[in-house]
Amino acid sequence: MKPYLRDKVPTTLSEIPDHTAYEAGYLVTKNAGWRNIRPVINLEKCVGCLQCYLYCPDGVISKEENKVRLDYDFCKGCGICKKMCHFDAIQMEVEK
Amino acid sequence: MSLTGKTLNEEEFFYGHKACAGCGGSLAVRIALKVLGERAVAVLPAGCMSAVAFNFPQLCFGNNAMISTFAGTASMLTGVEAGLRAQGINDFQAVGFAGDGGTADIGIQALSGAIDRNDNILYICYDNEAYMNTGIQKSSLTPFGAKTTTTPAGENIRGNLRPKKNMFEITAAHGIAYAATASIGFLNDFMNKVEKASKIKGTKYIHVIAPCPTGWGTATDETIDFAKEIVDCGLWYLAEYENDEFILNYKPTEFTDVETYLRKQSRFAQLTDEDIQVVRESRDKKWERIQKNYKVK
Amino acid sequence: MAKEFLSGNEAFAYGIRLARPQVISAYPITPQTIVVEKLSEMVEDSSLQAEFIHVESEHSALSCAIGASAVGARAFTATSSQGLLYMAECLTYAAGGRFPIVMMNANRSTALPWNIYGDQRDSLSLLDCGWIQAYAENAQESLDLALMSYYIAEHKKVSTPFMANLDGFVLTHTYEVVEVPEAKQADLFLKPYVTENKLDLSYPKNLAFSVGPDHNTAFKFKEHLGILRAKEAIDEAEHKFNEIFGRQYTGLTESYHADDADYIIITLGSIAGLVRETVDKYREKGEKVGLLRIRYMRPFPNEEIAAVARNAKAIGILEKDISFGNEGTVYTNVNSALQKAGLSIPSSNFIGGLGGRNISEHEIESIFEELKNEKSTVSFLGIGGGEE
Repeated sequence: MKPYLRDKVPTTLSEIPDHTAYEAGYLVTKNAGWRNIRPVINLEKCVGCLQCYLYCPDGVISKEENKVRLDYDFCKGCGICKKMCHFDAIQMEVEK
Repeated sequence: MSLTGKTLNEEEFFYGHKACAGCGGSLAVRIALKVLGERAVAVLPAGCMSAVAFNFPQLCFGNNAMISTFAGTASMLTGVEAGLRAQGINDFQAVGFAGDGGTADIGIQALSGAIDRNDNILYICYDNEAYMNTGIQKSSLTPFGAKTTTTPAGENIRGNLRPKKNMFEITAAHGIAYAATASIGFLNDFMNKVEKASKIKGTKYIHVIAPCPTGWGTATDETIDFAKEIVDCGLWYLAEYENDEFILNYKPTEFTDVETYLRKQSRFAQLTDEDIQVVRESRDKKWERIQKNYKVK
Repeated sequence: MAKEFLSGNEAFAYGIRLARPQVISAYPITPQTIVVEKLSEMVEDSSLQAEFIHVESEHSALSCAIGASAVGARAFTATSSQGLLYMAECLTYAAGGRFPIVMMNANRSTALPWNIYGDQRDSLSLLDCGWIQAYAENAQESLDLALMSYYIAEHKKVSTPFMANLDGFVLTHTYEVVEVPEAKQADLFLKPYVTENKLDLSYPKNLAFSVGPDHNTAFKFKEHLGILRAKEAIDEAEHKFNEIFGRQYTGLTESYHADDADYIIITLGSIAGLVRETVDKYREKGEKVGLLRIRYMRPFPNEEIAAVARNAKAIGILEKDISFGNEGTVYTNVNSALQKAGLSIPSSNFIGGLGGRNISEHEIESIFEELKNEKSTVSFLGIGGGEE
């Protein structure tokens, strides 16, 4: 299962588990704020070779209709995807 | 059919973690879990990958995962494996992910014990060549010449003076069921080794080079480039050990220049030409041994 | 129920077999070895269905048990002295993770100087690790404790690891006639371990995680509650144990003529037998002395101690332990119980039996005589007081 964002943040004594055990993949914060540059995919140039998807350390690139899509909530802007792309389909743009 | 980006499990299991941008270790963990799938039960000691993924209530493993004692990755993994089996559960993969310090230093005793018992576990060492989580201190897998916070480069000593411990051959010397080296610069090779290991009964050890931009002093988008270049310049190699035999998986037709590889990383900034010659000579010596003792595929 | 002639170690192994642990991981150390040798034999002859893991160290012994417990298996290990200290990191780990592992510790002196004989410095120095700590007096209690330990540790309100302490050699290696319950009866007493605190393939979990400053206190508070609630679980276990096996234990402490005594020795472990005999002699002479044997150091019997001390003129704490630079650890704990109860009676500390040194009946008598002075002192049996 892919970890995903939850609405509920356990805070009170009764919400906090009795053991150091909790539901797997429970996310309460994003990583978007880490980024000062963002990868932008040019879908016209993308051939769906999936090298960006494969080499992304954060797994934020997924397959979509023979191309790829990016989850900006968790992208840290490392730029590896751009480096891996042999088709010049990814550009790094400064975050506004 | 061998695994590629196209055939790899699309599910993500390691997601939302707080690893540094461009972290090689997190890529190794992510890819291995995609290969192993939802039946993977992961054990990670104190170290980068546990520090970035297990901060309640931000829990970044989609599969079953736990933090172990620093020295106890392999033994806790053994307990997990034995505990599930004792309950009649057999369709799972007990996998450990430990860093270079957690493997070659503090965890080597427990790892040796597990290999000795031939416990049915897969142990993956993501090697970023120093204690990165605590702020870049020397481990026994820090290479010769690297500057770390505990091997500073000054006028008298230019960084770490000792070569990397050879964990791959140390595990092989136990007569382990399967051992392999890998690099995140060669993911197809890495994921196929993980898949192969998952089908072998007994103890499996995979040592994967995983560059760390923070500790190596490189740009965040260069992680994969360095993971390729370290193999292309011959300072790392892709190999396997099984059935009492060493196999070299990949031999660069010609090594790229070691100096180019070293000079681009700030951890090696202080090296003199003589130091670089030492690195070059030790590489050549190692490859002489590889040529002699390894079967070349 | 069969009667057998067993050592403390063997009796404990018999009790563990009845508890049906699924994973046993252990590393040998004198004087613990016999318990793990015995368990290996039981696994070999199939009278115990368990995975026996030959770990390469005590640190791995407990790490492995934690791994097994983390997937919901019942786990056991055993150690002693240096081995216990070597696995110390894993003690807080198991407790904080709320893994109800059971460990037998053969109480032994800690180096330096090297010494393989019994005292309680090893376990008492690790009193704050979050484990339930029980101290057996004899082989029968050892067996019964082994079986009851899982009931208590795994109790839903407790979820806390359990350390059962047996005095090295004096108890671990001494043979006594022991009643060994039938497995069928033991199964009535102890059900299989069921927990949600586990990695679960049908409902994946992340376990043994980090908790920052905001929530850390809440986890530690719950850990504390768990071990406090062990008191109720101990009562419940002993009640049920008595119903099935016909032997009644007495909770955190065992009083022997302590309730109306003027002078009381409080102690723990196998030395209680000799104190009991001495109490008998004094009582024959018409002197009101008594014994309070501490069975559990954690949870600590604050109320039980206050209850007997309330009517006493002085109490003496006899322990095989010293917290260097202060006093015996049991003494510190007992004084805290007295203070909380508003009792200001004299209490003295008698440190004896270190490194296996014999404690004689004469020395027990001298403690009672000393108590009659109604002062508060700290002294080493056979040597005297520290510099004051």
